[in-house]
Amino acid sequence: MNYSATIGLEVHVQLATRTKMFCACNTDFGSPPNTHVCPVCLGYPGALPVINEEAVRLTVMTGLMLGSEINPFSKFDRKNYFYPDMPKNYQISQYDRPLCIGGAVAIEANGVAKTIPLTRIHLEEDVAKNMHVRNASSIDFNRAGHPLMEVVTEPELDSSEEAFAFLQALKQILLYGGISPCNLEEGNLRCDVNCSVRPAGQPALGVKTEIKNLNTFKGVFQSLQYEIKRQIAVLESGGTIVQETRRWETETGITESMRSKEAAHDYRYFPDPDLMPVVLSSEQIECWKALLPELPRQRCDRLVRQYSIPPYDARVLSADKAMADYFEEACRYYASSQATRSAHAVAPSAAAGDEKLAKTGPKAISNWLMTEMLRLLSEKGIDIDQAAIRPKALAELVRLAEAQVVNSNTAKDVFAALFEQGGDPELWVKQKGLVQVSDAGAIEAMVEKAMADHPGSVADFRAGKSAALQFLVGQVMRASKGKAHPQRVQELLKKKLTTTAN
Amino acid sequence: MVLDSGRDAVKTIDVPYVAHLARLTLDDKEIRDFQGQLDQIVAYVKIIQQVDVSGVEPMAHAVQIRNVFRKDEERKGLDRDVVLANAPVHDGEQFLVPKIV
Repeated sequence: MNYSATIGLEVHVQLATRTKMFCACNTDFGSPPNTHVCPVCLGYPGALPVINEEAVRLTVMTGLMLGSEINPFSKFDRKNYFYPDMPKNYQISQYDRPLCIGGAVAIEANGVAKTIPLTRIHLEEDVAKNMHVRNASSIDFNRAGHPLMEVVTEPELDSSEEAFAFLQALKQILLYGGISPCNLEEGNLRCDVNCSVRPAGQPALGVKTEIKNLNTFKGVFQSLQYEIKRQIAVLESGGTIVQETRRWETETGITESMRSKEAAHDYRYFPDPDLMPVVLSSEQIECWKALLPELPRQRCDRLVRQYSIPPYDARVLSADKAMADYFEEACRYYASSQATRSAHAVAPSAAAGDEKLAKTGPKAISNWLMTEMLRLLSEKGIDIDQAAIRPKALAELVRLAEAQVVNSNTAKDVFAALFEQGGDPELWVKQKGLVQVSDAGAIEAMVEKAMADHPGSVADFRAGKSAALQFLVGQVMRASKGKAHPQRVQELLKKKLTTTAN
Repeated sequence: MVLDSGRDAVKTIDVPYVAHLARLTLDDKEIRDFQGQLDQIVAYVKIIQQVDVSGVEPMAHAVQIRNVFRKDEERKGLDRDVVLANAPVHDGEQFLVPKIV
């Protein structure tokens, strides 16, 4: 039998505020345990919380970016439960009046575009971090009280691929808006997943299970793949799904039952008497709306329009805000150097025949970013902000390649070197003596030497083995230490091999 | 207090259940005593149901103050040794509790 899966996500996002949700403690990650704590986030009796205005703004900005309706009247409620990560014995959250209602995220999975509607976006406080040692659990309250925004989707995702695509699309938008650093290693994004299956065509949803506290997108993807298969197997064997909370075990790759819903918490939400409601005027919302950043899709369209690069390039570049920023900065340097182009100290004359091979500046910059840059970044496992080669240097490198000061292989070497240690490409090329040899006399001398040194290859070529030409080109390039103009070497070799043969 | 919709229909308070939620251990006599007292309290509060509140927006707070915010500015909190001094068990850096998983 065929089954359909139905998935809903609750994504917890730590907001990029300097201080906590209800107190003035620092939110830096990685500080020594329990060094950013105060009476409020430790839940001391009588300590009073005060709302961080910036957390409200970031949540509303998110709602505006995702097309949510902003609740004109919003309030905070207490969610009551006992757990050592929550010293007040309640978490301050939002129950029936969240800051944002509805909204949607556009995704593309398996080549199909789809819009995933949101239920709501609300604001709450993060809880403390537990670590489990042999006989005890240790608690670090630095994280307790960090502003935590929860984005809740409608159960309208149909596959683990769609869930993965949703998280990527959401992360991209959050990064564009400066809402959260979205650093998964630091726990900035954590996810609860609801999932059920039902026979294809059956209108009523199946019984769902919840997988808690997934902190990687891969974990969401893999746990859903497992859970969908598991539920189908239970139904196929005549069993029933129990509504329960399950835990994803990364090591074993399975989900395990944590607790069943019958023993589920009764949170007894009620309005927090310590906190006043939040009432946002339409003027305030309009004012924030005016400051909305350009979103990934808008930027993608603009890159195509403004720089005449292919839509594919624009999509790759705009997928990462930092990458798109880098691209545009490099393009600005490129354009500003246009005027001084002829003043290049080491620029030899460019052969007219190669002009048509040269890409326009922005397209060349895009090519560098999509190939060499992305390859080296993933090799080193770093972000583009950490690459030593800065946009200005890339723009200059593109200029040098365009002006044929260096050939394309040398340019790649220069890129790799500057990627590691930064600096000015022109200076680097001069210091390392990498300026391309285009001088006809110099090339001719090397070509003649290669032919004299390898009479066998010369004979092979003349006997019809065209592959011998590439060998001879290689010999000349090696003799020039990679600096000879490859096309010119090839042309000259061909000419000499064919003419002297007659 | 927000109750589960299923519980709204319950006429008397389920004392053992509520005691468990509050992590209180009550013996049988205490359960009987509190049952009577709590039922009385609920009956008293129910008087308010005689008032017609149709069309009245539920209040979220007793006072009409809105938008009490603070700026996102850091202030130093407490020193760790002071904080840990109150803990029954700690390791000098973190609070220690009986293992929770």
